[in-house]
Amino acid sequence: MPKQKIVLIGNGMAGMRAIEEIKKLRPDDFDITVFGTEPYPNYNRIQLSKVLQGDTEVKDITLNEWSWYEENDILLYPGETVVKVDKKSQVVFTDKGREANYDYLILATGSNPFMLPLPGVDKEGVTAFRDIKDCEKMIEYSKKYKKAAVIGGGLLGLEAARGLLNLGMEVDVIHIADYLMERQLDREAGHMLQTELEKQGMNFLLEKQTVEIIGRNRVTGLRFSNGDRIKADLVVMAVGIKPNVSLALETDLEVNRGIVVNDFMETDTPNIFAVGECAEHNQMVYGLVAPLYEQGKALAKRICKLEDKGYKGSILSTQLKVSGVDVFSSGNIKEYDSMKTIKLKDDWRGTYKKITIENDHITGAVLFGDTREGNKLLSFIKKGVQIEEYLALGEQTESNESLVAEMPDDELICGCNGVTKGTIVQAIQTQGLSSVEQVKGCTNASRSCGTCKSLVSELLEYTLGDEYSETQQETICGCTTLSKDEVIAEIKEKGLTHTREVMNVLGWSTEEGCSKCRPALNYYLGMINPIDYKDERESRFVNERLHANIQNNGTYSVVPRMYGGVTNSEDLRKIADVADKYEVGMIKLTGGQRIDLLGVQKEDLPKIWADLGMASGHAYAKSVRTVKTCVGADFCRFGTQDSVGMGIQIERKFEGLNTPHKVKMGVSACPRNCAEGGVKDVGVVGLDGVWEIYVGGNGGVELRKAELLVKVKTQEEVLEYIGAFLQDYRENAKYLERTSAYVERVGINHIQEVLEDKQKRDALNQSMEIALSAVQEPWSEAIRNGTLLRDLYEKVKVSE
Amino acid sequence: MEQTLRRVLIGNKSDLPERLGKTVTIGTYELAIFKLASGEVRAIENRCPHKGGVLADGMVSGEYVFCPLHDWKISIVDGQVQKPDDGCVPSYKIEVKNDLVYVLLPE
Repeated sequence: MPKQKIVLIGNGMAGMRAIEEIKKLRPDDFDITVFGTEPYPNYNRIQLSKVLQGDTEVKDITLNEWSWYEENDILLYPGETVVKVDKKSQVVFTDKGREANYDYLILATGSNPFMLPLPGVDKEGVTAFRDIKDCEKMIEYSKKYKKAAVIGGGLLGLEAARGLLNLGMEVDVIHIADYLMERQLDREAGHMLQTELEKQGMNFLLEKQTVEIIGRNRVTGLRFSNGDRIKADLVVMAVGIKPNVSLALETDLEVNRGIVVNDFMETDTPNIFAVGECAEHNQMVYGLVAPLYEQGKALAKRICKLEDKGYKGSILSTQLKVSGVDVFSSGNIKEYDSMKTIKLKDDWRGTYKKITIENDHITGAVLFGDTREGNKLLSFIKKGVQIEEYLALGEQTESNESLVAEMPDDELICGCNGVTKGTIVQAIQTQGLSSVEQVKGCTNASRSCGTCKSLVSELLEYTLGDEYSETQQETICGCTTLSKDEVIAEIKEKGLTHTREVMNVLGWSTEEGCSKCRPALNYYLGMINPIDYKDERESRFVNERLHANIQNNGTYSVVPRMYGGVTNSEDLRKIADVADKYEVGMIKLTGGQRIDLLGVQKEDLPKIWADLGMASGHAYAKSVRTVKTCVGADFCRFGTQDSVGMGIQIERKFEGLNTPHKVKMGVSACPRNCAEGGVKDVGVVGLDGVWEIYVGGNGGVELRKAELLVKVKTQEEVLEYIGAFLQDYRENAKYLERTSAYVERVGINHIQEVLEDKQKRDALNQSMEIALSAVQEPWSEAIRNGTLLRDLYEKVKVSE
Repeated sequence: MEQTLRRVLIGNKSDLPERLGKTVTIGTYELAIFKLASGEVRAIENRCPHKGGVLADGMVSGEYVFCPLHDWKISIVDGQVQKPDDGCVPSYKIEVKNDLVYVLLPE
């Protein structure tokens, strides 16, 4: 029997949610085809504000990758729009001339941002905040212009405004009501929110009605009903959404505000369903994510012909995704005469709590400043718990742990993705999960709006006990609750001198740490106290412990040091002889212009070093590796400076220096940049009479272009700036943070400000000199030191 | 079913480096021998079940070793791979008498 065909129009969160539900119930029963107008796989729109605010990248908010569709045998047509539905013969037609038959049709066309019909709304520089395209537009504008105006002081408007502030723009928020988020908050909480956001740099114009968008082609400002005007280079409209019902109207489905559906998400036409923001259920159109799950479930059960009581509407809760501001709101929060409220305001801490009570039951709540109770309240509102019960619980215990402990296993933790407490606890126990991220990866919980993150975190704590700490995300590793900065401060303050002491004094949960914290602590201790600290070999990764690079088959590689990439016939002869004598597997040139001898047995390493009589290169270490050079002024037709000489000087000066991660450098002698300094941690470009120094480049996984740090005249200054930059990086980067990530995190401007100050530059170079004075050449030491030889390089062979 | 074991002398305990692994080959066996911070000596096969990484070169923390190739965490005591990864490495009994270390191998 041929499979029944499902066609989904709309590749958004609601539609894919419904498909996932169907797949769960009947994995192989349907042929599924999806049409989506946007050229992306299904992504999490709720996280867009985080993309704009710079915390997240587009790829991080993808919900289902291309491969997911393939693996699940779902035919996806991205960038393709359905333009017509023939109800009678059950066929859809697309803008690309495609036809598809269906047995069931699901409309998940979502909504469009509502654009106020103002004069000038079509001018350049006016945008909504709805999809990735809008996001990109705002980012692009922020590079050219200074002043932004956001129309709308609701959830979306404030998140957009925060993003624009992060992008370096000045932001005015225009709101028609007399306080912010008036649908979710009361006046009290609205004012507290405003004060908080003003502190962050937002400017508010309340009770203002925009009547015109001014400007010739491009927007230059706004005019209000009272005649006032403001300047604006970018106008973001965030006043609401309207369900996208045009296709439904053309198909002659019943449409009110949205496409009208019953409790099973059925439209008035057999076999056509609607779900998500385009659907209207019981006179409600939902613009939030939580209902999607419940709607998708009801729809899936009906298509799969399973008994179900259907969808009964959703109780909503919202949280503002703006860093530093905690706002929670759920249920009905408006006050009427028939109601009572509990209000608690703490001006000192800046917290506010309101609970609305109807007929002794909790029906709504607003939290500001401290939203930890949010999930508990949401669950109480959904259940209609009596207020006495809530108050009694509060007296019993202040901790939230009792809440997750008391929950039945089938209670939903993540409303967006339909994940129950039982599922999460089981995953934690059977898969050995220990972080919210892992739970997210394994169960999908908190993958959408993220409001249940704290509940997931509590479940981890409740299931794992002391092993878990919720702040572990920023900590050095799972063994501690402390961050890198806290650990460094403690080491300095308490004068701690070795890794086990740090772990002991600072209450590590493991006795000897793990492969993450041990190398990090070893680095921090050595960075803080380069002269006295005794490096712990056993806390180093094998490459740095043995000073050779481990290969996939357990052999090692040796890279003889060649300063600036320059060698001579004598060294080449030695290298060739060694390669013959020890039968190395391969001789290869590295990306850093050095010779790599691959496939060396561990026990042969010291002998090879002895035979070579050359230092080996730090081709593997978290250290200064190679300085790549171009031919330069001596031989090159274009070279203007002695890049080879400069590169050799740099490599000799900084060789052996411990750094948070590997450091690669390049020196070129003209703008052709043959040593590729644009993708190096430090790239130097010699021009006629000037040296340019670039930093923070990376040619690896996260390709990044280096940024200009400074232009200087002399070779001494080149060394001075590189020294100061590297020392600043050594002191302030996290262990295993490349310069590219470090420069990105603190900003090139900040680094320039620090290094411009001659005094600071000198101080950094002074610390650098001390660190360099402690550097030892490890290869000859390995040859000389019998204990080292035996402990690290020798194997025991027992003959039988 | 009982298995007959043979005792093989592999060296002196005082010669083993602390918190580091030592590769010991006995016939076709290649073992990773560890002297833990507690002074105990342990032996497991010198191959990570993942991609055959040499465990003797891994980082030792307490009773665990982290494979140098892809950081799998493996118990030195019973050879169990720790979550989120799965697997097991054969482990061998060690006897120490008067500073002499013996490993018990199947006959």
